[in-house]
Amino acid sequence: MFKKLAIGAAFALALTPAASFAAGGGEQHIEDFSFSFEGPFGTWDKNQLQRGLQVYTEVCAACHGLQYVPLRDLEALGYSEEEVIAYSAENFEVFDPELDDFRPAIPTDHFPANTGVGAPDLSLMAKARAGFHGPYGLGINQFFKGMGGAEYIASLLDGYTGEEKEEAGTILYENKAFPGGWISMGPPLSEDQVEFADGHPATVEAMSEDIAAFLMWTAEPKMMERKYSGFVGVIFLSVLSVLLYLVNKRLWAGVKGKRQH
Amino acid sequence: MSGIPHDHYEPKTNGEKWLNSRLPIVGLLYDTLMIPTPKNLNWMWIWGIVLTFCLALQIITGIVLVMHYTPHVDLAFASIEHIMRNVNGGYMLRYLHMNGASLFFVAVYIHIFRGLFYGSYKAPREITWIIGMLIYLMMMGTAFMGYVLPWGQMSFWGATVITGLFGAIPFVGDAIQTWLLGGPAVDNATLNRFFSLHYLLPFVIAALVIVHIWAFHTTGNNNPTGVEVRRTSKADAEKDTLPFWPYFVIKDLFALAVILVVFWAVVGFMPNYLGHPDNYIEANPLVTPAHIVPEWYFLPFYAILRAFTGEVWVVQFASFITGGIIDAKFFGVIAMFGAILAMALAPWLDTSSVRSGKYRPMFKWWFYLLIVDFFALMWLGAMPAEEPYATFSLIASAYWFAYFFVILPILGVIEKPLAQPETIEEDFNAHYGKADAEATPAE
Repeated sequence: MFKKLAIGAAFALALTPAASFAAGGGEQHIEDFSFSFEGPFGTWDKNQLQRGLQVYTEVCAACHGLQYVPLRDLEALGYSEEEVIAYSAENFEVFDPELDDFRPAIPTDHFPANTGVGAPDLSLMAKARAGFHGPYGLGINQFFKGMGGAEYIASLLDGYTGEEKEEAGTILYENKAFPGGWISMGPPLSEDQVEFADGHPATVEAMSEDIAAFLMWTAEPKMMERKYSGFVGVIFLSVLSVLLYLVNKRLWAGVKGKRQH
Repeated sequence: MSGIPHDHYEPKTNGEKWLNSRLPIVGLLYDTLMIPTPKNLNWMWIWGIVLTFCLALQIITGIVLVMHYTPHVDLAFASIEHIMRNVNGGYMLRYLHMNGASLFFVAVYIHIFRGLFYGSYKAPREITWIIGMLIYLMMMGTAFMGYVLPWGQMSFWGATVITGLFGAIPFVGDAIQTWLLGGPAVDNATLNRFFSLHYLLPFVIAALVIVHIWAFHTTGNNNPTGVEVRRTSKADAEKDTLPFWPYFVIKDLFALAVILVVFWAVVGFMPNYLGHPDNYIEANPLVTPAHIVPEWYFLPFYAILRAFTGEVWVVQFASFITGGIIDAKFFGVIAMFGAILAMALAPWLDTSSVRSGKYRPMFKWWFYLLIVDFFALMWLGAMPAEEPYATFSLIASAYWFAYFFVILPILGVIEKPLAQPETIEEDFNAHYGKADAEATPAE
């Protein structure tokens, strides 16, 4: 009885992440977008990540930085070394203390921080938000759907209703995904704002998904390596468990008699 | 070392004799590894190995993480990202360390509740129990300080709230809080001392673990029946026990491997599930998070801390008779530490002469209720401090104290225990049958 109870308890506990308790606004609506990287078997959609980078560069980068992400890591998105060098130099300038001046960025630099208008850095945004909670603060949704950081970002960007209001001199925009319902960032995306090289449609929803996927990559660039390590470890330990089970059974066979009931 | 009669190491060759007469280390290891262990131990007795593994895992991953971490308010958060992105295998090191803390606490809670159910704390194992409680306290301190090191929002605000508890102590509270923080608020001095202590305490824990093991190797393990091993002769003892190696080492390793499958899956596939997203935002003293929530393993005691508000009559009464020295905040702090102290006092609060809950028909149900209570507190600790959670928290906290200070003492007097088996051998044979005469135990 105690054993069953303890196992049940351990399981219940496993379903109780702290994040789920961070109760969001009452009427937050987070769309459960389907991303290619979700679940143990999910992988990056590199085309999507490249589109996301393009949206970031042309739209988000005006206000938001990615200060923890080295530009050299962009090769993981399928770009060649030359392309990364060209991209860095074309798009960003960084301050070089040795020159005491700004110079074009090179791949060993990070994306610049951008604190101009007080917009938060986006490097880790996809891990710093949880899209799913509850029910009753138990975190069961997160267990099955994931933390939902990327879903939150995509829902937010696609969640503007078009309503505006002015409060203490600031314009607030109504947003279905934002806690509290009103956000100070204006709708950043509009239809066909970006022209994708692969001909992918640039609807607000599609761009929102692309940028969310890209920000998941910036937040967790080693996700695929991590899952790979996960599989190697789980398979190795499972085999080890079976072997130890057999050793244990054989070892104890001598001291255990036949079950009487 | 053990009081149970068993074979001891005999040096045979000249080399062994030479070493043994100068340093009997082989004999010490032999006696430790070959300790006679009750053969009826069930699967609740595997958590000690899991805990030992966790300590080793945390120390090893921790030492490597320190090689890449920078304890400075301006650099700590970035150095974690450096580990996650640039260090070879750094993302696994950090996620193992992060989730290793959770596995550590899962194991320690089950280990503690195992002890509470089977009466492992009762004479003659009180010292083992007290040392265990000290280890648990140190674990909480270590985990708390470790959580501050990434310098995220929850790190910073958690540190602010928890060190604030010491500020609630009358008269000297503010001075103590300033002394702990190394300044008026959580800042670089705090981060540095927490880093230093986070590195130190695991080694203190390791030393206490050795004392913990030494203590129960002296008394012998408890077992699911709570019946003592016969010590009348070596032959009698051998009917009740099996040597730790290989029987229990293999059994425990099997259990550990199964647990690690789950652990590794969590680390590989959902490493942030047990963490708080706010800790991926760098600490900012100017922005307070909407809800400051401790890690899940602190939640039950956090709930007790918050349960005693100024509206509770016990608090008002305490405040009245102490002339306001004990206010609601200080009362909450006393209650939280008191909840852990209550567990530590269990050996003297439990009046029953029967160890194992298996043979205590009334105790059993109160114990199961305590487990439910523990989970209720864990849930309530994460809920906002408002109705109806406040009332629930108060009821759940009251039960926690009632269990130790009222129910345990009374049950021992009024309860009629069931018949216990005469010997461990009897219990073992009832479960597994007598071993065949031909089959001899493996050596």
